[in-house]
Amino acid sequence: MTGIGRVLVFVYGVMALAATGRSFVQIAERFAEAPLAYSLSAASAVVYILATLALVFARRPGWYTVAWIAIGFELVGVLVVGTLSVVLPELFQHPTVWSLYGIGYVFVPLVLPFFGLWWLITHRTPASGADRAGEEAR
Amino acid sequence: MILWFTIVQVVVAAAAGLLCVVLGLAGRRPSDVSVGALVLVELLLIAQVVIAVVAPFAGNPPTGSVLEFWTYLVSAVLLPAAGVVWALLERSRWSTVILGVVALSIAVMVWRMQTIWTLGVG
Repeated sequence: MTGIGRVLVFVYGVMALAATGRSFVQIAERFAEAPLAYSLSAASAVVYILATLALVFARRPGWYTVAWIAIGFELVGVLVVGTLSVVLPELFQHPTVWSLYGIGYVFVPLVLPFFGLWWLITHRTPASGADRAGEEAR
Repeated sequence: MILWFTIVQVVVAAAAGLLCVVLGLAGRRPSDVSVGALVLVELLLIAQVVIAVVAPFAGNPPTGSVLEFWTYLVSAVLLPAAGVVWALLERSRWSTVILGVVALSIAVMVWRMQTIWTLGVG
């Protein structure tokens, strides 16, 4: 993990922290108000943590696949939940990371999966790809 | 929270963030300027911790969720420290960008804290 990939990991780490903190508060204080939205909050937090770890270890073949799954899930999540929060606001009026396409997080949740997938594609052959990107970055 | 102090924090954090992102993209490694900007953001956050502890006793209690507020504030205090440690360990241009990302996140988080403190909407 070198160069701009580190920025990616750090942003994922921040999102993992933000999603975890928020879902912790939501579940601890008022889970009964919106079990679906708050369960989604918790799920998104877990996915962000998983994606962060997977990107850190992306050079190892198994983790590379995990990164694809986690970031793919996240892309689907932000698109599906974002759309549902517009179409069915009564179900999703309680904020999650993905509500309204991540508007509460300056749309970072919408942009980040694309950035993540781009990074994974450009680093398809993990070892050599990461090294080459490292050279370019410096 | 105190509105004018919140605004000072948001402005300082946003300015520090933009500065660091620009410096980083221009190829600068973490320097006294970029790390110093983050230290300033951190000092303001520590002052915010003191304010948040004292304010309820001075007739300015939060109307929103206290738990949510402190979750944000504790996370916010930890972030610049993490960013600076990272910048010291890995002295590349991307660490400067990371410092900027941290500062921009702080700007958003402080504004969220103000909203939580005053409105009480989770």
